[in-house]
Amino acid sequence: MSSIAFSFKLERGDFQLNAEAQLPGTGVTALFGTSGSGKTSLLRCIAGLEQMGRGRIEINGECWQDSARGLFLPSHQRALGYVFQEALLFPHLRVKANLEYGWQRTPANKRKGDSNHICDILGIGELLQRYPHQLSGGEKQRVAVGRALLNSPQLLLMDEPMAALDRARKAEIMPYLERLHAEADIPILYVTHDLEELARIADHLVLIEKGQILKQGPLTDMLASIDLPIAKDEDAGAIIKTQITQHDDEYHLTHLQFCGGEILVSRIKRAVGEPLNIRIHARDISLALQPPGESSILNVVQATVTEMVDQGAGRFMVRLDAGGTPLLARITHKSQSRLGLEAGMPVYAQIKSVAVSI
Amino acid sequence: MESADISALWVTLRLALTTTLILLLLGTPLAWWLSQTQSRIKTVIEALVALPLVLPPTVLGFYLLIALAPGGIIGGFSAHGLAFSFTGLVIGSVLYSLPFVVQPLQNAFGSINRLHLEAASTLRASPLDRFFSIVLPLSRPGFITAATLGFAHTVGEFGVVLMIGGNIPGETQVLSIAIYDHVEALEYAQAHWLSGGLLLFSFIILFLVYRQNNRWAHS
Repeated sequence: MSSIAFSFKLERGDFQLNAEAQLPGTGVTALFGTSGSGKTSLLRCIAGLEQMGRGRIEINGECWQDSARGLFLPSHQRALGYVFQEALLFPHLRVKANLEYGWQRTPANKRKGDSNHICDILGIGELLQRYPHQLSGGEKQRVAVGRALLNSPQLLLMDEPMAALDRARKAEIMPYLERLHAEADIPILYVTHDLEELARIADHLVLIEKGQILKQGPLTDMLASIDLPIAKDEDAGAIIKTQITQHDDEYHLTHLQFCGGEILVSRIKRAVGEPLNIRIHARDISLALQPPGESSILNVVQATVTEMVDQGAGRFMVRLDAGGTPLLARITHKSQSRLGLEAGMPVYAQIKSVAVSI
Repeated sequence: MESADISALWVTLRLALTTTLILLLLGTPLAWWLSQTQSRIKTVIEALVALPLVLPPTVLGFYLLIALAPGGIIGGFSAHGLAFSFTGLVIGSVLYSLPFVVQPLQNAFGSINRLHLEAASTLRASPLDRFFSIVLPLSRPGFITAATLGFAHTVGEFGVVLMIGGNIPGETQVLSIAIYDHVEALEYAQAHWLSGGLLLFSFIILFLVYRQNNRWAHS
């Protein structure tokens, strides 16, 4: 079983990093936490950029650092790719030379990947002859991702690669990252403090708080729990695995089947039979004890209350079970007491909107 | 031009080129160290490097004369000492022009984004590799400035040369000294030629450097 195992200690002023974990050696693992929680410091320790960081790390059986044995491979000897918050392209080199920087320094027998294919995935084939100052923010960041991938890494580290981009640029780059996720055969550690972003890209989630790893687990489980700090996020909400069963051309809708029932969403350009993950924000679910009458809301799912947490400030988070699929609903304290909600009660969950991710 | 003037021109160019070359070789690692270190002696070294900017050339020349004399701490390495020799002139010029090379280089190195170097290190570049593939090309304007100022400043040197080099035609007589001789001998025509030449040369050099730096600043 491939895995990433590490434990790091780093002290700087009154900040202390003390993180130990074993993470999946495949797929995208998101490191999530507020700013100042130590996500970036952890990533820098893994990359060998923090010489003061003590500890050990092993990537799929290869040891990069073991302070107890006096082993510390400097960054340039660790086969990794690092995408920083800023693109940090070398300004004196054209895009092509930037992309080839790591490739040229990789021994020929260790080179992986194909630059044409990577340029294709990232949509940067047209930019090769340009200088970095001739690129937009989104283009720069895509080239930076390509440069890291062409370094033939065994591990790709991404430190909030979209933090410096505005909404439009994020929307532009996200599909490329999703394609990368689908095609990359190396583990990716992705630092973010944006729940929306990680819900679209991650498979596994690690929560970091005050320099320590609070909890980790598969993304769907973590997003469906109500007692973690992420449940308090405005964008909290569970992921549901569905299958496309039917397209309705008259009303421009697509029917999605999941084990708790059926959900209708705006027409999706995917074939019938394909699996599709959707996310329903807790704020977009309202609860009723009776089947709602005539309403503009299309999606109503029968479910059972399994758990409730008082989040303070008059807000309640309710966890539901819809035929084995967990759902989160955020309601007011007043609604909770008016409905007399208790664990075990059957309810009707009205879904106001659905976010479709990949 | 008289043949003495031509040989003075030749000595001057040889001296300035040799000095610039040596200064670039010595100044680059020194400036890099100064730009990166957090050592406590950094300030001491910086002050030492800057000394020739404020010292009267005669002070520097006086101590150099003692050091280069037979049996002096530098001159002791040579049988007859190094004062009044071309080698002695080179040593003096290197010290005298040191800040003009080290300071532009240190500024250029200091303005390089450390994150670019970290990015390069995650792309398998060793420290030496990073220096040659990232630091050097990004410091190009600093190198041009350093080399030009070092060269031009050595050409314009007078006091130190007079103290340690004397006035041996073909060996240690440089242009600035030749001009002094002409004026002393009331040969104003020759003095005009050489002075005007040096003035024009210095202006053109500085103009070219500033123009190039402005162009880079805009691109």
